Amino acid sequence: MERDDLIVNDSYSLNSHHSEEEGAAIRKNVWKVTAILTLLTTVEVIMGIYFKRAETFTWSMIKWSFVILTLVKAAYIVLVFMHLGDERPNLKKVVLAPYMMFIGYLLFIAITEGFAHLGNSTLFQ
Amino acid sequence: MGGEATKSISKEVLWGGGQSPFSVSYGKMMMWYFLVSDALTFGGLLTAYGFVRASSPDAWPIGEQVFRSLPGLDGEYPLIYVALMTFILIVSSVTMVLAVESGHRNDKNGVVKWLGLTVIGGFIFLGSQAWEWSHFIHGSGGSYLLAENVSVTSDDGQTFDLNKGDAIYMDHDFGHLAEPWSEGNPMVSLQDSEHGIKLVQNGEHTHEAELHALTINKYIENESHVSGDQAMKLWNARSESFSFGANMHDNEYAVQQSYANFFFFITGFHGFHVLSGVVINIIIFFMAYRGVFERRKHYEMVEKIGLYWHFVDLVWVFVFTFFYLI
Repeated sequence: MERDDLIVNDSYSLNSHHSEEEGAAIRKNVWKVTAILTLLTTVEVIMGIYFKRAETFTWSMIKWSFVILTLVKAAYIVLVFMHLGDERPNLKKVVLAPYMMFIGYLLFIAITEGFAHLGNSTLFQ
Repeated sequence: MGGEATKSISKEVLWGGGQSPFSVSYGKMMMWYFLVSDALTFGGLLTAYGFVRASSPDAWPIGEQVFRSLPGLDGEYPLIYVALMTFILIVSSVTMVLAVESGHRNDKNGVVKWLGLTVIGGFIFLGSQAWEWSHFIHGSGGSYLLAENVSVTSDDGQTFDLNKGDAIYMDHDFGHLAEPWSEGNPMVSLQDSEHGIKLVQNGEHTHEAELHALTINKYIENESHVSGDQAMKLWNARSESFSFGANMHDNEYAVQQSYANFFFFITGFHGFHVLSGVVINIIIFFMAYRGVFERRKHYEMVEKIGLYWHFVDLVWVFVFTFFYLI
């Protein structure tokens, strides 16, 4: 059957195939990202075991570094493993922009309005 | 006139139709749209979790003090098991990328090999999660709540002023007999012993456990052990409210049940995604093995299920951080 949704010379369209060399380059990148993800997880676990929860500035820094490390891991998974990074910019935007908008709004509402009855935001304390 | 275009657009900018402006097939684009909506579901669940946790008046259990066991081993290994689960999922994500990459080179044997390994990784993760759930549900020794305010000295000499409603934790042996006893099982009786108190179960085999020590702040701070007459003081101040492990309306880890409920729902919902991912992986594995994609001349199906499988890994990365680390 003739497909009408393909673009010629696009590296991820169905009728174009990677050569051995392209494959080797992709595999090399995959192993690199695997090493990064494993390293970041190890760092998180060591931090998790070593630092106890407390009402201190150090702990809130640790907490935020967990969030940042998680976002870095998420970016590697989405951009390299799901190869969204290799897709066209308009597809990237169509996938990421609505998500960022909705989750950003939800978090904003949860943090501000959700604690309005207490008189202040407690989520960041 | 209003509503009419006054500027002409050059043909290079205008999309003429016929081909996808995203340069992806319909199926792959729909997979992306599905993943965006599914990610919103998980984002909503984790936001709800964070909100309930932040607005909870009671202390929330610390991940590394609740999850610190390894199958078949005694002792404490905080977070090691969950870290292992995370690693298993990352590795199965890697084998999936390699399956997709083999597909791009029309390498049937590569696809079959890497997809097969991905299925095995998925089963290992599901088995680990089953053990994790079983351990969470059974708990370690159970807890009871205090009926009155008590002041006790712990074994390391610190004084604690405990309030009515605070949780006290029993050791595994004592808790094992305290569970049927607290439920009014006539086979188990509470008796005085030379060290204070013991529970005796009469049956085919007689089981006994003495109250040696109790633990305070087990899951919410640095735990302290209390023994001897101080433990008796805590035991005598008990209320009728006992908790053993976790179920849908009660849990030993926290005063608030939302802790166990969120654990069951979020990790359960994620586990269900892994299960369906493994089932689809198996189907695609057999299709690849029987040469369906070879005849089709492309392995796009592997790429689509690959997107789903990576998404499952992505969600776990967030669950791991917000449930176990923070």
